[in-house]
Amino acid sequence: MITKQLLTIKSHMQIAEDTFEVVLHSPLAKELKPGQFVHIALANHMLRRPVSVAGVDTESETFTIIFKIFGAGTRELSKFQAGDSLDVILPCGSYYPVDQLEIDHALIVGGGIGVPPLYYLAKTLKEKGIKVTSVLGFQSKEQIFYEEKFQALGNTYIATNDGSYGKKGFVTDIINELNPAFDYFFSCGPTPMLKAVSGQLDGHKGYISLEERMGCGVGTCYACVVPLKEDPKKSKKICKDGPVFSANEVILT
Amino acid sequence: MNLTTRLPGLTLKNPVMPASGCFGFGKEYSQFYDLSELGAIIVKAATGEARYGNPTPRVAETSSGMLNAIGLQNPGVEKIIEEELPFLRSYDTPVIANVAGSTVEEYVKVTETLNRSEDIAAIELNISCPNVKEGGVQFGTDPSLAKEVTYQVKEASDYPVYVKLSPNVSNIVEMAKAVADAGADGLSMINTLTGMQINLKQRKPIIANKTGGLSGPAIKPIAIRMIYEVRQALDIPIIGMGGIITAEDALEFLLAGANAVAVGTANFQNPLACPEIINDLPSVLKQYGFDSVEDVIGKGHV
Repeated sequence: MITKQLLTIKSHMQIAEDTFEVVLHSPLAKELKPGQFVHIALANHMLRRPVSVAGVDTESETFTIIFKIFGAGTRELSKFQAGDSLDVILPCGSYYPVDQLEIDHALIVGGGIGVPPLYYLAKTLKEKGIKVTSVLGFQSKEQIFYEEKFQALGNTYIATNDGSYGKKGFVTDIINELNPAFDYFFSCGPTPMLKAVSGQLDGHKGYISLEERMGCGVGTCYACVVPLKEDPKKSKKICKDGPVFSANEVILT
Repeated sequence: MNLTTRLPGLTLKNPVMPASGCFGFGKEYSQFYDLSELGAIIVKAATGEARYGNPTPRVAETSSGMLNAIGLQNPGVEKIIEEELPFLRSYDTPVIANVAGSTVEEYVKVTETLNRSEDIAAIELNISCPNVKEGGVQFGTDPSLAKEVTYQVKEASDYPVYVKLSPNVSNIVEMAKAVADAGADGLSMINTLTGMQINLKQRKPIIANKTGGLSGPAIKPIAIRMIYEVRQALDIPIIGMGGIITAEDALEFLLAGANAVAVGTANFQNPLACPEIINDLPSVLKQYGFDSVEDVIGKGHV
């Protein structure tokens, strides 16, 4: 059940260049599934900011979000401290249907700030005994986060656009070289990356997660729609029907 | 405290309703509270056929507001009647349908189709959407076109007709008079103001449609001024809107001359905006020396 809550920040720290990890306490933490997001209000902003969930700890009733400073809203969000409160709508959107899939080996493909929801997903898959291979792309060495955490779940390969760490280039370059065996892929990142990955892995089963400027975040305003492949005159709402879609469900523009 | 307010075809238990386009058809916000708390509900615009709307991005945040260019995306009036409106039957709240179109014929067709529905209490005639290429705001910025479409829709409608006025005009009273002359039962004002925001890094407008409608607290003083001017000139009932966030804002609209108020953008920031305003209204009215909503209407005029 979606609801609006005032949540206490348990920890708030910088984990990479312009990138912050925030842990929030909520009795609803356990309801949050991999791929879902929360919608955060900021005092000086008309619109909430959608931020995806990077992890859940049911025992402490906490969940983790990771965001990068892109504009004034995320800058404001970066200035909070442990003990402060945030006005949050949760849980929002669809999730990776891990319980309904028969998987032996998952390929995780993440880019930049698309990486956080994939960590929660990879961890969930690993706990179910599924083998996980992760390919992650970042702009530069300074922006990399969670590399060790992904390594602990399975083989992890890093690409940087500027070559300052790992392979110079894109996640698609690593996938080309590795030619990994997998039965489902899961991808989240900037739309150009999702397009490239979906094209490269065309014919494979998989799921992608999209981002878009949102209004309400709950499905009423029709701001964040994406056209469907089966009928481009029809669309789905990224905030409510998504952000997770089947690999061939929507048209990426 | 008596919060009742009466408008043609609408006896409202309180003067607060969500504005069209900011509340879908009610389902999503019904997860947050009982929609029976609302004075009324104005649902999303209906056109003759399904419309896809504009490319994304469709929204951008601004100082104290937001721009949107959704482009009247909706499943078409038939589907709205069959698949969306029945959900609202279980709530003790009148529903106002919003009618949009590209031509007078389309407005009339949507209106006639809505006559078949027993799930609505009134229609809001949307002649002020700034985000579609044809129709919409052209009817709302030319008094003779506004008069014509209002007349035709009023002739076609079994329900009271509230005409939603555009603020993108230099003389709002002239527009109000034109639609009042054509038989409008009431006015709904204001719609959004056309605006633009440019992304500095990308060197292009943020919204794919380039321009969008500005809403939120940024436009509230314009809404107050326009309602005040129209109330000075006409006795016609007004549903006032434009940047209402708090019960104090609602009071200000009532003082300017609105008979009821609609809350739009605030729903996005706070899904509980409408019930919180309704809850706060009695104490705010009392604080400023009023015993009922109907006491307040138009009392801000000097």
